[in-house]
Parts: sequence; C-alpha cells; structure tokens
Amino acid sequence: MTREQVDGLIAAGEAPAAAAGMARLFAAAPTAGSAAFVVSRFEQIAPALTLAPLRIAILRSFTIEPLVAALRARCYLAGLDATIQLGDYNLFAQELLDPASRLYAFRPDVVILAALTRDFAPTLWSGTGDQHGEAAASATRLLQWLGAFRRISEASVIVQAFEQPPFAAAGILDGRSDDGQRKAIQHLNDAVLGAARESRSTYVLDYDALVSRHGRLAWADQHKDLAMRVPIRPEAYGWLADEYMRFVHPLTGRVCKAIAIDLDNTLWGGVVGEEGSSGIKLGAEYPGNAFTALQHHLKSLAARGILLTLCSKNNPDEAVAVLRDHPDMVLRPDDFSAVRCNWDDKAANLRSLAAELNIGLDSFAFLDDNPVERDWVRSQLPEVTVIDLPADPVLYVDALRRVPVFERLSLSAEDRARTDQYRAERLRAEVESSSASVAEFLRSLDMTATIEALAPSTLPRVAQLTQKTNQFNATTRRYSEEQLSRFAAEEGAIVRTIRVGDRYGDSGLVGVLMARVTGGRCEIDTLLLSCRVIGRGVETLMLADIAAMARTLGASTLVGRFVPTAKNAPASDVFSRHGFAAAADRADDTWWALDLQSAVIAPPDFIKVTNPT
Amino acid sequence: MTESVLIDVRRLAADTLKLTVDEVPPTATRDTLPVWDSVAHVNMVLAVEQHFDVQFLPEEMLEMLSIELVAMLVDEKLAARGPR
Repeated sequence: MTREQVDGLIAAGEAPAAAAGMARLFAAAPTAGSAAFVVSRFEQIAPALTLAPLRIAILRSFTIEPLVAALRARCYLAGLDATIQLGDYNLFAQELLDPASRLYAFRPDVVILAALTRDFAPTLWSGTGDQHGEAAASATRLLQWLGAFRRISEASVIVQAFEQPPFAAAGILDGRSDDGQRKAIQHLNDAVLGAARESRSTYVLDYDALVSRHGRLAWADQHKDLAMRVPIRPEAYGWLADEYMRFVHPLTGRVCKAIAIDLDNTLWGGVVGEEGSSGIKLGAEYPGNAFTALQHHLKSLAARGILLTLCSKNNPDEAVAVLRDHPDMVLRPDDFSAVRCNWDDKAANLRSLAAELNIGLDSFAFLDDNPVERDWVRSQLPEVTVIDLPADPVLYVDALRRVPVFERLSLSAEDRARTDQYRAERLRAEVESSSASVAEFLRSLDMTATIEALAPSTLPRVAQLTQKTNQFNATTRRYSEEQLSRFAAEEGAIVRTIRVGDRYGDSGLVGVLMARVTGGRCEIDTLLLSCRVIGRGVETLMLADIAAMARTLGASTLVGRFVPTAKNAPASDVFSRHGFAAAADRADDTWWALDLQSAVIAPPDFIKVTNPT
Repeated sequence: MTESVLIDVRRLAADTLKLTVDEVPPTATRDTLPVWDSVAHVNMVLAVEQHFDVQFLPEEMLEMLSIELVAMLVDEKLAARGPR
C-alpha cells in the first residue's frame, strides 16, 4: 500500500479501505513521517468512520511535541480519535493541585505524567548529595500530587517511573554504598509502584525498562537535548507512543480475549502432513527452540486469561496426535479452548470459533505465518486483529510481545481460570463457506502459472514432490528420478509440471500431473500439489490442461483414480468437483471418468497462464 | 540536489505541516509558510532524520531556512555516509 493508493481510496470515498490501507502502510514503516501522513489523512476521513473519542492530557518535563502525531496516528489506527493536551514544562504541581487548572478544564480521560528523572529529581540524576533522603522526599511529593488529583478527577493516570542514568555518578563505586544512586532511584520507583497498586485507576509505565530495552545510549540525542531540550531520538518518540498504547488499549477495551493459532510453521517448524510428527522442528535445539519459545509465550498469555484456539489447515487426527504425543510440545490439547483443524477457509473457521466461544470477532487475534492467510482474514474480517509474523521464526515471540491487545491492567481469578471454563466444548466444526468471496480473494492474489512438460532440469524436484507429498495427492505413488524418467519415456506418457507465483512471490514448482494415453483413454496416474497452494484453484488449471491435451491426442475419456490414505483427504473430492462421474467405488480406491467429448474443464480465470500451450 | 530526496522532504514537510505537497514548493521558507513554526520545525526535522536515517546537529537545524536547504543538508549527510 502506498500513499498514492491511500489518497486514491480517500478520493473515491472509501474511508474504511483507506483506513485499512494506512494500517498496512504504517505497519511497514512506523516512522514519524508515516505518523504525520496517517494523522493528516485520518483528519480528512474521520467523519466517515466510527471512531471513539479519547482525551489524553500529558504533563511533561521535556519536549514531547514530536510524540503527539505518533500517538494520534496509533490511536486513529486503533479506532480512536485522540485529542491531546500538553502541559507546560515542569508545571505538574500547579496543574495537578489547582482544581481550576487547564488540566481539569480539559476533562481528560487519561492523564500521563511524563517527567524525566533529571527534571523531577535533579539530585538523584546528578548523584550528588543525600540520595536516600532525596528519593524519599521525591516519592512523598509525587504521591501528594497524585492524591490531590484523585480527589478532583476520575480519569485514569499513567505515571512514568524514573530512569537510571547510563552511567552512575560514582562509577563502579555506586553499588558499594548504602546511599547509592541506582538504589535511590529504584527506591523512588518502588514507592510509586506501591502507591499505584493501592489507588484506583493509577498505573505505572516502567520508563526505565523501556529505555533499557532499546539501549540508553541509542535512546538519547545529547546534542538536541542540550540545544533545544529534545532529549530523545525520533525513533524513541515512536517507541514511547507504542508503550502508551499498551495502556490505551486495555483502558478503552480494545483488547483481544482469544487468539487463533496456526500449526505448521507457526506453532512448530515444518508441515506435519508432509514430514510427520517426528519430522517437525520443535524442542531444545535450533531451529525448533524458536517454536518452543513461542509456545511458552502463548502459555503465558493463557495465564493472563487469553483463550488459545487452533485454526489450522490440517488433518485433525494428525494435528491432535502431535498436540497429545509429541514429547516437546509445551501446549497440549487441554490448553486450547476450541479447535478448527480442517481444510475450510480460515475466515469461516474464525467465525465459527467466535460463535463457539461466544465472543465477538473483534476480540480475536489471528496468528499465522502465511501472509496469504493473513491477508485473506484481513479482507474478510477487518475486525480481527491480524498479527504480522516476520519470516524468521526466531523473531516470532518479539512480534507477539509488541502487540498491545493482550495487555491487561489487572487480573481476576476468573481470568486465570478462563481456559478451563471453555475446555468442555471442543473439537467441533461446522462451517459455512462463502464461495463468492473466496473467488474474489483468489482474484486479488494476481496468481500466475507456468505449465510445462517434464524437463531434465525439473526431474529432481518432480521426483521429490512425488516422494514427499502426502496431503493433496490423489494416488500417492512414489517415483525415484530413475523411475520417473522411465515413465516419461513410455509411449503415450504425459508429465506436466506447474510453477505458481502470486503477488507475494514465486512458490516454485508446486504441482505435478502424470498420465498415460492408451487408445481413447487418458488415465491420470498422479495428481499432486504442494500444500502451499492447496485451495487456490491450481488443480483446476492442471485438469483443464490435461483434458485439452488428452483431447488433442485423440482420447475421448479422462480417467482419474483416488487412493485414500491416512493423509490425503484434501484431494478426495478433486475429481467429483471437476465434473468426473464415479466409475467404480472399491474398497481401496475410487475411479472417476470424464467424457471429453461433452465435458469441458474451464481453467480458473484468476490465474494468468504465462505460456499457454 | 537529488530529486528523490527533494520529493521525500516535500512530502514529509507537507504531512507534518498538514499541507498538500503542492503547497510546499522547494523555495518555501519559514516566512512563506506561517504554519512552519518552531514546534513544526522540530517535528519536521525529526521525521526527516528518521526517514533518511540521518542525524542533524542543532547548528544544522538552524540552517534549514527553506525546503531546498533541508534537502541539500540531507544530501550532504547521505553523501558523507557513502553507499549502504
């Protein structure tokens, strides 16, 4: 999504689409420039959207003006129209203590107290003088102000705790003394935290942890600080706004109660349907430990009362067997409140998960490594929070930690027990799919395909596909390279391969169809697709190709055979879906026939074939 | 001055000043654009810094009297940094 596309959508009057586009644009580059763009455009389209108003007052000791656009942009993207009032430099006391102050006249919903250690407690920052006494006095002062505020206003308060200096004033001696600088600042922070726990709607933002997460030296801009009191770098204003959003989301009820999780390459590495339970990556060693870390993190979300659900395209028996039996699984079947393991589209599965758990789709987050699935869910269910996982599984947990919709301001006993409450009703799937919108989505993928005869260069890949493809494989015949080249050399043999690409990139050679023409009959020996492209009309294109080819070669009947295995349910209806008539239904296989003189298989119009043959 | 740098600077300036790109010609100065006050200046410069991954000294910020001059300073920073 580009600025031009967003402006085009705005000009066309499509405000919700423009808002969604800006969310994509901002996620790709969450910079000050993007924030300014988002704010300026949302100001144009706000009347056409349903945004909740939010009034935020920030009392501050430093230049926080650059944060305003960053915070307003993030609020807009969360469905909030934020009005932000900044206090005057270092006038906390006056504004908090005087009921007639500008602060109270503003009638804020949220008040943020953003004071830096060096401004609020200069003695602690410089590390000179009685550190212990200064910490106690600073704490008393702050708590008095907060008490005064509570007597006047019901607004929520977020207090920034106080940061440690990058270097202690006494150097390495600091820890040797009872009156050390670090200890004193920690004491002040402990007092603030304790007071917040005791009072209503008062929360502490751990500013020191935030700064250290990004690096104290990388956070600061010493030149602009000394010259114009701009103490932090542009990126840091964005990071601080992100941290504010961790409070804004739960304060405004913009949180997710459940997360729908994909399995293959999300909860574990690899595809269980292809590699089997013993082949997936999971456990203590790299790269499996990246997935183990994700599972641990999800378990901690469950402890926060967030319901874990599964939403995976897999054979249910196989997936549940891994959940139950794999030695390295952290999450077990009981950790999931509802399960959708099937071959239906994920938006339909999310709808049915929401119905089963009786919570709104706007309370659902969606975790999936596949960008196509994520875009599909985004397009069908804009109210779902779609989490953008990076391509590198090592970074999965960080990506999940950045999402503010799982933050909670407090935790009740009900929250902790929630997973148990839902445990009874699981493993049930009844889904309606809307085929019209599926076609529309497939069209949006801009798919391309190249269909070719087997070539020496593709022989190894084709043999490999016959050996490892389990799910979409009609006959599951395995061929070595040698066997494959012998097959191809036979009289009347046809081996077709298909490469598929879409706007996300090239999926490579992902489909194979092998057939033999004898007399008036063309018999399909092998029809397989890599799991990456199941459900995208590729098999229709391959069948249309072979039907046309068989007709040219004088065949009048196209014959297909389906041999059921433990894993190939996804291919079970491939012939019936394409107009084949059941020819024979036997114990170990079913035969299907298509009359080539009367029937035509139309290639899907949403795949552009780049070398029509 | 690099054309692509100038275009990006004009966009960043337009968005932070809430103007259209056409309203921010290369020759625009703090005198011709009344909305370009000192707060807007800081916001704009920080947006430019982050966009180009450069950092300006306070002295350089004072030299940014027109959009063209902002773009020229970005160019200098990028040239000094060398290709990445």
